[in-house]
Amino acid sequence: MGFLLFLALLVFAWQGLYWLGVELLQWWKPYALPSPLGVAKSFLDLCQDGRLFEAAGNSLLRGIAGYALALAIGMALGIIIHQSKYLQKNLKPMVLGVQTLPSVCWVPFSILWFGLTDQAILFVVVMGSAFSVAISVDNAIQNVQPIYTKAALTLGADKRQLYFYVILPACLPELVAGMKQGWSFAWRALMAGEVMTTSVGLGQTLIMGRDLADINQVMLVMVVIVLAGVIIDKCFFLAIERRILRKRGLL
Amino acid sequence: MALVLEGLCKRFGNSEKDTLHKIDLKVETGEFVCIVGTSGCGKSTLLNLVAGLEQPTQGRVLLDGEEVSKPGADRTVMFQEHGLFPWLSVIDNVKFGMRLAGLPKEEQEKKARHYLEMVRLWDYRDYPIHQISGGMRQRTALARSLTMESKVLLMDEPFSALDKQTSNRLREELQRIWMETKQTILFITHSVEEAVYLADRIVVFAPDSGKVAEIVTVGLPRPRHVYAPEFVDLRHRILEEVRGEAI
Ligand SMILES: Nc1ncnc2c1ncn2[C@@H]1O[C@H](COP(=O)(O)OP(=O)(O)O)[C@@H](O)[C@H]1O
Ligand SMILES: [Mg+2]
Repeated sequence: MGFLLFLALLVFAWQGLYWLGVELLQWWKPYALPSPLGVAKSFLDLCQDGRLFEAAGNSLLRGIAGYALALAIGMALGIIIHQSKYLQKNLKPMVLGVQTLPSVCWVPFSILWFGLTDQAILFVVVMGSAFSVAISVDNAIQNVQPIYTKAALTLGADKRQLYFYVILPACLPELVAGMKQGWSFAWRALMAGEVMTTSVGLGQTLIMGRDLADINQVMLVMVVIVLAGVIIDKCFFLAIERRILRKRGLL
Repeated sequence: MALVLEGLCKRFGNSEKDTLHKIDLKVETGEFVCIVGTSGCGKSTLLNLVAGLEQPTQGRVLLDGEEVSKPGADRTVMFQEHGLFPWLSVIDNVKFGMRLAGLPKEEQEKKARHYLEMVRLWDYRDYPIHQISGGMRQRTALARSLTMESKVLLMDEPFSALDKQTSNRLREELQRIWMETKQTILFITHSVEEAVYLADRIVVFAPDSGKVAEIVTVGLPRPRHVYAPEFVDLRHRILEEVRGEAI
């Protein structure tokens, strides 16, 4: 409740600033400062012709597809790295290095490979997220307490049982945290990809706002991007994380 | 003869001398053998070799005449830190080994109940691990080990992390359970009192040499009483040996 009040105050102050600075004293041009009312109007406009939903839906689907791909690739890579001391020593630092590359840097490469297509965006998402997933999978498995493995082995576990009945559940909390981080990387990479290409999506709607010099539309899309990211983070990942931790008495 | 150790040596990579040096030991089926020694004398290392969690530098471990090379359910271990799985309830932890072995569900249920009643935890079967006390956790771990009905049950200071009262209580129960099941047990402890209380035979480790100082047969009838004069005498004699004062 306190937060909603804060938000209302912020919006109110912002609208006040707009009236004062743009309409009353004419310090700024109207295209230089968005206003809450302007954003709301932009929202209604974009809702009316369904463009906002189409864009958000497209982005979300693309994001989920890319993220799923990144999860599959990242998990496989993480498990492969974990299997071998050699790879852990040599490949892992490289993966860590590549992970520091901001995902927007993959865009030129991706466009050269795939052109201005959906695949190009997916590629950027996968590159932006898979390596972080791989690293966290390897870390998560490494942090499993040896006592669990020892106990399971002396209870007769074979290698497959060890992975599925012990290591996987033991590292689940850390794994979900890693997946959550992977999602936030994927979402950012998605926007980087969409801004640079032409497929219908939130990123493209953002760029269209710039082309129309419509700062309210730009602001609106930014708000939508933040909201979508936050909602998935809180409603999905945080909920799963809390459930797992509560079940184990860690919360 | 359930378990035979032959000339067992263990030297860790970074060490100049053997942590364990030429250990020979025979454990009969149904026997309760305690290994006692000061901390760091190599007790856990010995147990890990028997469990197959570590490989010996020399010598071998035979179980019913067959050489041991890797961990298995015929040599279940109960550890000092319970090693229960926090994502499973008490009863699911107890069933874990049976599930791995692919036992039919009804049999898992039946055995789990049998052993949970034996350790007096049946009423707590659905509790998550984090909601039961340290003593109850060790009981759960004990029940889980017992379900395996291993050829030999290995126990590495299972009561050492508990408070004195709980640990005394649990060793009484272990004695009762052992008399009921006649499970072959190799039990490690640093407490001479615990060893004299529980064991048929006590393997006394000499300090800092990786060797066995003496193997003592405890002739006292069960249940034993820690204040009985024979008990106190034996305890003192072994204590001196463990400290290295009598050699
Ligand atoms: N994995 C290992 N690598 C190197 N040294 C070890 C390892 N495990 C145990 N040791 C050494 O072996 C000795 C005996 O350890 P341990 O068997 O744990 O003793 P205890 O259980 O009797 O207290 C100690 O000096 C310890 O440092
Ligand atoms: Mg030890």
